[in-house]
Amino acid sequence: MNPPAVTPLIELHGLTKTYGVGDAAFQALKGIDLTIHRGEFVAIMGPSGSGKSTLMNVLGCLDTPTAGSYHYQGIAVESLDTNERSLLRRYALGFVFQGFNLLARTSSLDNVELPLLYRGVSRKERHEKAVAALTSVGLPTKLDSTPAELSGGQQQRVAIARAIVTEPSTLFADEPTGNLDSVTTGDVMELLTRLNLDRGITVLLVTHDDHVATFARRTVLIKDGLIESDVVRAGTPLRT
Amino acid sequence: MIWNAFAIAVREIGRNLTRAFLTVLGIFIGVAAIITMVTLGQGATLAVKAQISSLGNNLLTLRPGAGFGSRASAAGTPHFTEKDAVIIEEQIAGIAAAAPVRTASLSTIYLQNARLSTVTGTTPIYFQINKWNLAEGRFFTDIDLRSGAAVCVIGPTVRKELFGTENPIGAKIRIGKASCEVIGLLVGKGQAGMFDQDDTIIMPLSALQRRMIGKTSSHDISQIAISAQDGVDSNVLITEITSLMRQRRNLQRNQDNNFNIFDTRQIAETLGATTQLMTMLLAAVAGVSLLVGGIGIMNIMLVSVTERTREIGIRLAIGATAGEVLLQFLVEAVTLSCVGGLLGMLLAFGLCAGLARLIQVPFNFNAQINLIAFLFAAAVGVLFGYAPARRAARLNPIDALRHE
Ligand SMILES: Nc1ncnc2c1ncn2[C@@H]1O[C@H](COP(=O)(O)OP(=O)(O)O)[C@@H](O)[C@H]1O
Ligand SMILES: [Mg+2]
Repeated sequence: MNPPAVTPLIELHGLTKTYGVGDAAFQALKGIDLTIHRGEFVAIMGPSGSGKSTLMNVLGCLDTPTAGSYHYQGIAVESLDTNERSLLRRYALGFVFQGFNLLARTSSLDNVELPLLYRGVSRKERHEKAVAALTSVGLPTKLDSTPAELSGGQQQRVAIARAIVTEPSTLFADEPTGNLDSVTTGDVMELLTRLNLDRGITVLLVTHDDHVATFARRTVLIKDGLIESDVVRAGTPLRT
Repeated sequence: MIWNAFAIAVREIGRNLTRAFLTVLGIFIGVAAIITMVTLGQGATLAVKAQISSLGNNLLTLRPGAGFGSRASAAGTPHFTEKDAVIIEEQIAGIAAAAPVRTASLSTIYLQNARLSTVTGTTPIYFQINKWNLAEGRFFTDIDLRSGAAVCVIGPTVRKELFGTENPIGAKIRIGKASCEVIGLLVGKGQAGMFDQDDTIIMPLSALQRRMIGKTSSHDISQIAISAQDGVDSNVLITEITSLMRQRRNLQRNQDNNFNIFDTRQIAETLGATTQLMTMLLAAVAGVSLLVGGIGIMNIMLVSVTERTREIGIRLAIGATAGEVLLQFLVEAVTLSCVGGLLGMLLAFGLCAGLARLIQVPFNFNAQINLIAFLFAAAVGVLFGYAPARRAARLNPIDALRHE
């Protein structure tokens, strides 16, 4: 079955990333070719140090590649300046980090409202959307709790609420369950699956937990900065 | 966008009240200290100058003895004569007036009240030379002087001690051996150092000589008060008076002066310069305290730089532009600095008003030092609040997030 000729959401060609210069230089990505379509749920796996996070950060415009091309919805990301990349993050991308990265001493509600603040959303709408997002991640009773008052799983769910409150087209999650126990891992994965199925948000997920990877329909395996395999699970056709 | 940055900055301040408080405190104390010290220092300078100038304008005082701190004491050296004052006034150009002064410490009695007062016998021009003003009544005149009328003008301290709240004009007080009518009350000048200028009784020289003590010798004038004309160099006058007096006192070439001339203006200038120096010193101390406050602020900012760098990383990752993040930090720093600066100015105003009354110096609001202190503090706050943010906002979002 050939996919129809639409612009891919993400298209990488010969993408490399080198850290440091001279003798200390280290090539973390050695030429990645990858195409991801709207609505996919992709798990990126691989041993520690293989370059998964590096790839995610480049894809999420948190970091810049050394060479190669990256098109997001047909836009050449290399040609964007710092501001334009900020705006791309603001309007199209959402992030969930292994370490949560919530603002300290700040209520769940304020954390979730933050991306809306930069979008210039009115106070009332901000509040409504943030409450809705926190409700959808199962935390309607923790609106005023600060990160210190929440468990790891709860913090990660606040982080997910923050990532989805802007209704991004792509959600990047770098080991979102890495710091969580198996029960909360299940909750978070269910949440991500629902976002993918119900809202059509494209999800890219880094994990080295095989069980977590089974939630995704496509698994990309990375070793030493190169893609080793790219498998779509049988019986689950790609959405296009 | 500015409004948005302002809203975010205010939220951020509210969330980190301890940090905000410490920043504000550093600026607050620095600003208050520098304004208070400089303002009070200037008040003290003014007070000293006002006191000195209240002694008399362009006033030279001719006194017996070789001078202040000299080996030769005033005791035993001849006093002056009334003629000396007349000759000085006539023969030396640039002199506005000269008044012979004889003082005596005499008991004064009014009804049940008695005290020892310094009584000055002089000529009417003395009031002008020494810048005395009348509160009530009149000065004595040349007619009173010629007739040796038993009249006197008293200072506020004498009035208070002898009369209390009673009107002294027309009352007769006993001075030494004779009775004397009070014809005038002086406007007070206040303390000059340890010495109360207002504790004085002034009467015609002739009356003091004849009625109160009895004239004993022609050399009974203890001082000659001399006022120079405006714009005349007092050093020239001093030289001329010195040579005139040496001649009149028959001093030989090898003999030292047995009189000295006290120049109020010079003293005023010296004291003025000294207090000015004190003000500058105080300002320097205050400046150091402001600097220390600034370093305190810098420390607070640097300590929080890791947390703030990660915060900047989070904001950038969420989609804030570097410009928006910087604007937020700038607004935050400016807000805290201004709040600290304004509070400091308020405290300084209160302190200056209170302390000025306490140490009895005039309080003039000094807009310039307020502005300087405020701007300096604001600059320190903004610089140290903003500079780390500037560095962080230049990073890749991921590097800011990873900052440790
Ligand atoms: N900021 C950095 N500077 C230098 N080397 C880095 C940096 N970040 C990652 N690396 C190196 O790049 C390689 C890939 O890192 P990463 O993408 O974090 O791996 P993974 O997420 O797959 O564990 C590792 O060898 C790591 O040491
Ligand atoms: Mg990683």
